[in-house]
Amino acid sequence: MKEVSAAEITAKVAELCIRACTVLPPDVVAAMESARDLEESALGREVLSRLLENARLAADESIPMCQDTGLAVVFVEMGEDVRVNDGHLRDAIAEGVREGYERGYLRKSVVHSPLNRCNTGDNTPPVICTEIVPGETLKITVAAKGAGSENMSRLKMMAPADGEAAVKQFVRETVERAGASACPPVVVGVGLGGSFEQCALIAKKALLRPLHDSGPHPEAAKLEAELLDAINSTGIGPMGVGGRITALAVKVETAPCHIASMPVAVNLQCHAARHAEHTWE
Amino acid sequence: MSVPEPSETPVSLTTPLSDEDVLALRAGQPVLITGAVYTARDAAHQRMFEALGRGEELPFDVRGEVIYYVGPTPTPPGHVIGAAGPTSAGRMDRYTPPLLKRGMKGMIGKGPRSEEVREALKRHKAVYFGGLGGAGALLARQITAVEMIAYEDLGTEAIRRLEVEQFPAVVINDCHGGDAYAEARARWQRV
Ligand code: SF4
Repeated sequence: MKEVSAAEITAKVAELCIRACTVLPPDVVAAMESARDLEESALGREVLSRLLENARLAADESIPMCQDTGLAVVFVEMGEDVRVNDGHLRDAIAEGVREGYERGYLRKSVVHSPLNRCNTGDNTPPVICTEIVPGETLKITVAAKGAGSENMSRLKMMAPADGEAAVKQFVRETVERAGASACPPVVVGVGLGGSFEQCALIAKKALLRPLHDSGPHPEAAKLEAELLDAINSTGIGPMGVGGRITALAVKVETAPCHIASMPVAVNLQCHAARHAEHTWE
Repeated sequence: MSVPEPSETPVSLTTPLSDEDVLALRAGQPVLITGAVYTARDAAHQRMFEALGRGEELPFDVRGEVIYYVGPTPTPPGHVIGAAGPTSAGRMDRYTPPLLKRGMKGMIGKGPRSEEVREALKRHKAVYFGGLGGAGALLARQITAVEMIAYEDLGTEAIRRLEVEQFPAVVINDCHGGDAYAEARARWQRV
């Protein structure tokens, strides 16, 4: 049995929030650099250079790379043989978010209710997705999800007869509708199959994959390559000023589904693809 | 009327903007903005809109002015302002025509505007600039002073007057009906 204290979780989550918002993961930086080298539009290249400069500046000075430091979406993989001491996992995570957003001078962007719009003042509550896994490890990933790209995400319950062509059309259309609002170059998380909520969740989880990997199975990998090509043919380009690079990567996750269903979720992620993780082993 | 083609070299603009300034701008033109701009996003726009509905004055005179759609992060010690990049402009569309009618000349944001806003830009000779979305750390460096103007209780969403120097943006919608997003796609898309 592995034991982790609530205080330790809080301290780590606070650190992850700050790190996610100030340091762009190396795979994202690498993808942005190769995008800058490949981009044919002069204005597009200029935009990519500035975004890279922005990421460098944020990391060097430990300041947020973007003013929308997001809703904290926290993924927890908890081993069956892990026990949290002196507190509750949820409270420990929420406290970590509260501390991290305060100490890191991060923006508090959460309102109590969608209708009353009153700010909670400390960026809590986070969204927590917990998965129980075998073993003695505890892994926590914090993703700072800004609204610009999140707001342009879509889910559709398609009919099986609509087929792959309709799926592709829906994904491409989602990126087109978003345009510069989603801060391209984007990362596109696609969930295909599952139930209504599972489809959205796997689309979001797809965004956590390293940008240079390819799909979990050949069918997904093929779809990823074709979708990336289709999206990069739209001409939207970096920040919508025109060019070849509209998306850095497309990540497809699939799940078994009902004989009558074909859910498709497209979760858009801006170039500020911020996440940070820690594993207790 | 002939409008010059946009060039890749940025044009310098100083706020407040005149009709003449606006008429000379063409979609796709990079610009560097210097002078005062006012921050306002969702909540501040809603309040201004409600104030106008009650027949009250706006918290600042919008004539000739530029509104920057931004909600900065808290200011860390030793900085003028926190990260301060543009937010999506489309959410402010429904509040925008009345401000244009009162003489506002420009907005800085990101993403497409509604048909109504684009029409209002033509009618009232105003311009919509696209900023560098997600470059909040870098853009904060172009901001040299910050002053609280109104709605302080809104925190990040309050109205502040920012002094900006050589603030980079691109003309997205000009007052002649030009749309840089549409033009960029027409030029770069592959079919
Ligand atoms: S979409 Fe992303 S990069 Fe753009 S403003 Fe929002 S959080 Fe920042």
